[in-house]
Amino acid sequence: MIFSFDLLINALISGILIGGFYAAVTSGISLSFGILDIVNIAHPAFIVLGSYVAYIVNVNLGFDPILTSIIATPAFYALGAAIYQIYYVSFEKRGQESLRGLAFFFGLLFITEVTLVLYFGVDYRYVEAPYIGPTWHFGFIDIPLRILAPSLVSMLLIAVLQLLLTRSFIGRAIMAVAQDQLALKLMAVDPIRIKRIAFGISIATASLAGAFLIIIQPVEPSVGREYIGRVFAICVLGGMGSLPGTVIAAMLVGIVESLTSTFYGPSWAPAVSFGFLLLTLAVRPAGLLGR
Amino acid sequence: MTHLLEIDNLGKRFGGFVALENISLAVSPGERLGLIGPNGSGKSTLVNCICGTLRNETGAVRFDGHQIDGSSAHQRTHRGLARTFQLPRPFVSLSLLDNMRIPLLYTVTARGERKSAADIESRCFDLLREVGLEEKARRLPRELTQVEMRKLELARAMAAEPKLLIADESMAGLTHSEVEDILTLLKRLNAQGVTIILIEHIMRAVMSFSQRLVVLVSGRKIADGDPERVMRDPDVERAYLGQ
Amino acid sequence: MRSDVFFLVCLVIGGLLYAAAVALGNDYYFFAGYVVLQYIVLATAWNILGGYCGYVNFGSAAFFALGAYSTVAIHRLHPMPVPILVLFGGLVSGVVGLGMGYLTLRLRGAFFAIATLALAVVLQTLVVNWDYVGGSRGAYIVRPETIAPFGSYIKYLFLIMLLLAVGAITVARLIERSRLGYGFATIRDDELAAEASGVPTLQLKLIATMISGALMGMAGAPLPYYIGYLQPSSAFGLEYAVNSIAMPMIGGTTSWVGPLVGAVLLGSLQQIATVTISSAVNLLIVGCLLVGFVIIAPNGIIGLVHRYIQHKPADIVGRRRATADAPEPAP
Repeated sequence: MIFSFDLLINALISGILIGGFYAAVTSGISLSFGILDIVNIAHPAFIVLGSYVAYIVNVNLGFDPILTSIIATPAFYALGAAIYQIYYVSFEKRGQESLRGLAFFFGLLFITEVTLVLYFGVDYRYVEAPYIGPTWHFGFIDIPLRILAPSLVSMLLIAVLQLLLTRSFIGRAIMAVAQDQLALKLMAVDPIRIKRIAFGISIATASLAGAFLIIIQPVEPSVGREYIGRVFAICVLGGMGSLPGTVIAAMLVGIVESLTSTFYGPSWAPAVSFGFLLLTLAVRPAGLLGR
Repeated sequence: MTHLLEIDNLGKRFGGFVALENISLAVSPGERLGLIGPNGSGKSTLVNCICGTLRNETGAVRFDGHQIDGSSAHQRTHRGLARTFQLPRPFVSLSLLDNMRIPLLYTVTARGERKSAADIESRCFDLLREVGLEEKARRLPRELTQVEMRKLELARAMAAEPKLLIADESMAGLTHSEVEDILTLLKRLNAQGVTIILIEHIMRAVMSFSQRLVVLVSGRKIADGDPERVMRDPDVERAYLGQ
Repeated sequence: MRSDVFFLVCLVIGGLLYAAAVALGNDYYFFAGYVVLQYIVLATAWNILGGYCGYVNFGSAAFFALGAYSTVAIHRLHPMPVPILVLFGGLVSGVVGLGMGYLTLRLRGAFFAIATLALAVVLQTLVVNWDYVGGSRGAYIVRPETIAPFGSYIKYLFLIMLLLAVGAITVARLIERSRLGYGFATIRDDELAAEASGVPTLQLKLIATMISGALMGMAGAPLPYYIGYLQPSSAFGLEYAVNSIAMPMIGGTTSWVGPLVGAVLLGSLQQIATVTISSAVNLLIVGCLLVGFVIIAPNGIIGLVHRYIQHKPADIVGRRRATADAPEPAP
């Protein structure tokens, strides 16, 4: 381990930028798990799906991946809405969310990953864009644009989501449905429809997060798995459904991971988020009443 | 006289919301205590703190001479505390008979009493008979009516052979005669030596049952004493009429 | 039927299967049979925590791989007979299960499930970085060609796995009918009410995690001898993760029969399919079956069978059946 101030600063900055990206990745889970209490462990697989969508269009048509992902959001939204509908009818209504709901999402995770393997194989895929490649230098500070750009757009995404949740009717209905479904019904709003919309939005964010992912690093079907621990750790640490909290938590995880990676080696990154996960779970109020 | 249950300045918060503040209460062995209060006053939170489902942040809870603050819920049940849940929570995949079996297997035997399988089985039937459910012994809880579910809930609490039973709104939504049924059952239990805390909204039942009445409003205890006197207390009147 | 009688009956049936396979004269049946038996153990082990207690473990591959890698580690130290390695595998995985359970089981089942997923990734990372067991390059285990008195080595491995499978279902059945089994059922049904009734839920959950993890570790211990060359990607393979969940959920989670049925059916199907279609498509089918069954037939195959026989919904637990028709007279 060679400690140097330059390395430290670069690791910190890298961590903050990656943290911004992690926040975008986690935003979907903040919606589905933090607010709606649906344990969608398949979310990272949908992100990887988003990466591949961006990849196909980029390779064949040369379109910018972020633009592609924005155009793809309606399709992802529809997918999310459909999945929620199945989930609701099969599990939530019957009160069997725990075991079977988890198995359902695990099945989806699995099917998505295996389908991607069948279609694309296990080779790493990457996209081309003008901002992938150049690095800005400020003295000893190096900022690769391929991390900066997605990080900035991630922050934009979070800002848009936060505005949606706090200012729009749908957004506030979503926050309300998490707290009191009956009250919502009494106001002539169908809670199921609201949840469907929320889950749809959650999956729609995966489209964008997927584009960010494949810009930052090459992607192959199983990379989603190391994000599962990460996103849930960040979601819980950030206070379950609070987007600002998610951002702070994501930056924290990003920084710690970056420091670990720089000084101990990159292969330990999954262990960091797992450690965070256990730590946050331990620090949460204990007791069987959950949150 | 040593009290069976002593609560000293108990406090409980949920984030910024203060659910219970400075609750002090003493219950004597064999007593019939009524606990009333408007919705949201903290009655169920108090029950949860006493029974260990929730941990109190401040104050102390002593049962049978032991400090039980740090104990888990099942340990408190082993010591002799039992409760019913406001919304009945039966074990849905087990028959009624097996629902009775659980406290016998895990509480009564944990106290060191060795019971044979035949003993346990017959005790289960006895318990169901006490609440008039022995005909349905091998059925599943989902086949029961609301009243029957509440009776099952009580029977299961009794199966743990408690010293103190907390009956949390066992009579909600029942007819006049059904309420009488439950009251008779509780009085019979009390006559057998079980201390009972009755939490109810049905005033007629509370008044006829309680030797002492405690009123909780917005997380605070505002009255504690003879039922007739408490009901005439101006603070209590205000609390109910002002809702 | 008492458990020891059951154990003997299963051994006899197993013995007959073994004899039949020997009579067929082709070692392939032993190779294929080993895999199916292995899945019986994995599925049964998963179900003890998943089906009986309601806590989903997504990291079965981790416990399984730990068993395999403990074999490699010990073999490097000093070669030992496979049965001893099986016990070691069980010990290691049991302890890890206990440790992880202790950290995560106080909380909601969902957090436990997520933690198991994260654990699988972390363990794989650790193993990949551990050169002593070969790291990402993998490890070779040289196995003897034959071993007296069985003949080919695979027959020996098959017998060990057969014993494990019989042991696993005997243990599962024993648990089901015991006080422990009742406790597990209450945890699944309503943990709060279980605690209020005096059930020490954390203790029981830890026991379940330990037994489940240990059995999975035991199933993994002979793996290096079976395949000869162990890589992290094969030990932590996708097929173990999905099959240990899919088999009990498709077979039925409420009793020991479900995982057995699921493992035999799915396991055999996959053995046939791997020869005819690619293994990725194979896994895709398993994944789709899992999702399909979870949605349409939540009680699995034995649930469907019960519905067919009794025309009644079948939420039952082992022998604790309750009839929904005429009441039984009180004794």
